Amino acid sequence: MILNIENLHASVQGEPILKGLNLKIQPGEVHCIMGPNGSGKSTLAQVLAGRDAYEITQGSMTFKSKDLAEMEPHERACEGFFLAFQYPHEIPGVSGLQFLRAAVNAVRAFRGQEELDAMDLMSLFKEKAREVNISFDDLKRAVNEGFSGGEKKRNEMLQMAVLEPQLIVLDEVDSGLDIDALKVVSDAVNRMRTPERSFLVITHYQRLLNYIVPDFVHVLVDGRIAKSGGKDLALELEDRGYAWVEEHAGAGAE
Amino acid sequence: MSPSQEIERLAKREYDYGFVTDIESETLPPGLDESVIAHISAVKKEPQWLLDWRLKAFRHWQTMEEPHWPHFEYNPIDYQAVSYYSAPKQNSDGPKSLDEVDPKLLETYEKLGIPIHERERLAGVAVDAVFDSVSVATTFKGKLAEKGVIFCPISEAVQEHPELVRQYLGSVVPQSDNYFSALNSAVFTDGSFVYIPKGVRCPMELSTYFRINAAATGQFERTLIIADEGSYVSYLEGCTAPMRDENQLHAAVVELVAHKDASIKYSTVQNWYPGDENGKGGIYNFVTKRGKCAGDRSHISWTQVETGSAITWKYPSCILQGDESVGEFYSVALTNHCQRADTGSKMIHLGKNTKSTIVSKGISAGRGQQSYRGLVKMMKGAKDARNYTQCDSLLIGDRCGAHTFPYIDVRNSTAQVEHEASTSKIAEDQLFYVQQRGLDAENAVSLIVNGFCKEVFKELPMEFAVEATKLLAVSLEGSVG
Repeated sequence: MILNIENLHASVQGEPILKGLNLKIQPGEVHCIMGPNGSGKSTLAQVLAGRDAYEITQGSMTFKSKDLAEMEPHERACEGFFLAFQYPHEIPGVSGLQFLRAAVNAVRAFRGQEELDAMDLMSLFKEKAREVNISFDDLKRAVNEGFSGGEKKRNEMLQMAVLEPQLIVLDEVDSGLDIDALKVVSDAVNRMRTPERSFLVITHYQRLLNYIVPDFVHVLVDGRIAKSGGKDLALELEDRGYAWVEEHAGAGAE
Repeated sequence: MSPSQEIERLAKREYDYGFVTDIESETLPPGLDESVIAHISAVKKEPQWLLDWRLKAFRHWQTMEEPHWPHFEYNPIDYQAVSYYSAPKQNSDGPKSLDEVDPKLLETYEKLGIPIHERERLAGVAVDAVFDSVSVATTFKGKLAEKGVIFCPISEAVQEHPELVRQYLGSVVPQSDNYFSALNSAVFTDGSFVYIPKGVRCPMELSTYFRINAAATGQFERTLIIADEGSYVSYLEGCTAPMRDENQLHAAVVELVAHKDASIKYSTVQNWYPGDENGKGGIYNFVTKRGKCAGDRSHISWTQVETGSAITWKYPSCILQGDESVGEFYSVALTNHCQRADTGSKMIHLGKNTKSTIVSKGISAGRGQQSYRGLVKMMKGAKDARNYTQCDSLLIGDRCGAHTFPYIDVRNSTAQVEHEASTSKIAEDQLFYVQQRGLDAENAVSLIVNGFCKEVFKELPMEFAVEATKLLAVSLEGSVG
């Protein structure tokens, strides 16, 4: 199993956000988490990545059978966990190339591999940048500085493609994207789908799932998964809205 | 562990250059009076005029008071408790070649990573190394001589090129300029001397490494660089010192003179021992650096990376006398633990169409306190002169401080002065973003800090930019909180 979350409770500044979440992801699967605003979708992504503002109060989460809670954020990354951020940060003065090189070599060092030489890295970056429609000149610019929302998301996809992680969490990667940008992002994801690699797609809208077709869809309501199903569940949500699941969840609650 | 705790942990790393070389030294007993100055002058076989020059400085110094306007406090300096001369013992007057230099000394420089052996030279850098009070080896002298370039210890220049020394010594920083320059003028022991003849582009980077080894010893070096008409030179100085519990005094003077169409690029990587994390020990660094753009279209550029010293008091400056002359100051200063720095630049515009640029990047971590203090002065004759100042501070943690004291004095209405300043903090979410890509907290901070310093690092000669990047990473360890 790639990811196993059991009865996860997490809070921020004493306020519970996740309230007993269960989720299992096997190799090669694409899971989607949908849910209304404030249901805890982004919190889940942050908790998985190791953001220390969140406190885990109960439950467990393992990544490839390793206890995630015991790992530093960079260790999770080096083990193959990747989070595509909803709001990627700017790093003034650090070029895209420099950042990619630092990341690749950090991950390689963690795994006991030698650093890649500059020429090999450069051709790798060039190839991957082409795939996500980023010009090589843009890689010389400071990371995300002065980039549009769509460009920032493409940068995320580039980092993902270069780092070749095993579990990828996409946190509202579709927010603020026009249809062309959405297509670039979903193509990048689909290119990376393999029988070994898994995805957790967090989104508010069904639209993204026309491009990234999930194996499973879960609806997150008030910090718990209220309903799970196949890709059709997303369409049903589109038709009937979240209220329907919320009522359902309310009725099922003790 | 939160990122900030993590950073704090990282800050505990020790100073790499804190070792002491066990070498026999001739050290004067502590204390300062005219006989000490006479002794230094005699040891160096100086001519009478220089002794007189020193004594004049000393007498003036005695009438002056130590300045207390910088934005820091420190234990009072007992000038009588300092030894003003220390030299590694050697058989003859001075080493004629590297073979005559004490192997322990060479070992020291090797530990410091200084390419003193010519065969191990670093991309053709000519090195002068000053150990405590004397210069121990100057490499590449022959090759430089072919071009007519003089690069030697200043004590040697006094013997070999007295006319040049006499003409220029004190011409940019007069003996009475300030308290520390007066002290330096009285007791300076060694330093480098550079003369680039007309029209010569110095074929390699020149470099001096300063090392304080002996205990309770002050270092007072004096550097004088003259670039004659149409010449060019790039010069780098590096500094380290052993870890010692007491504070050691370093009061240097650097004078640069650029004639018509000449260009001097002066880079410093300063890594004097900063003291421990509680502020015990460390170097008191009171330095006067000034360049004179004497001729038209001359150019002086200061680049400094300051990570060491318990206290730094330093304002590399340019006097823009020639028309269309250009002065630049690029600085990265880091204060970690209990370090204090009051640093910046002065640009004095006299000539027409003179231009100056100040880019100052201050990083404060731990309980470090840092002040930028700068003066831009446009004199009456500075028609259409321009200055651009950019002054950025980066705070790491919440116990440090950054302060800015810009002074602007404009006496010509055609002059333009721009000043930009910013203060930022490394945000936890920015750090988290970098960590999520696989970098541990230490490397993440260092990547972000490097980005912050980029505009300055790109001004450094390539090899030294690499060195500066590493130095910054090491200095950040254990200093941030």
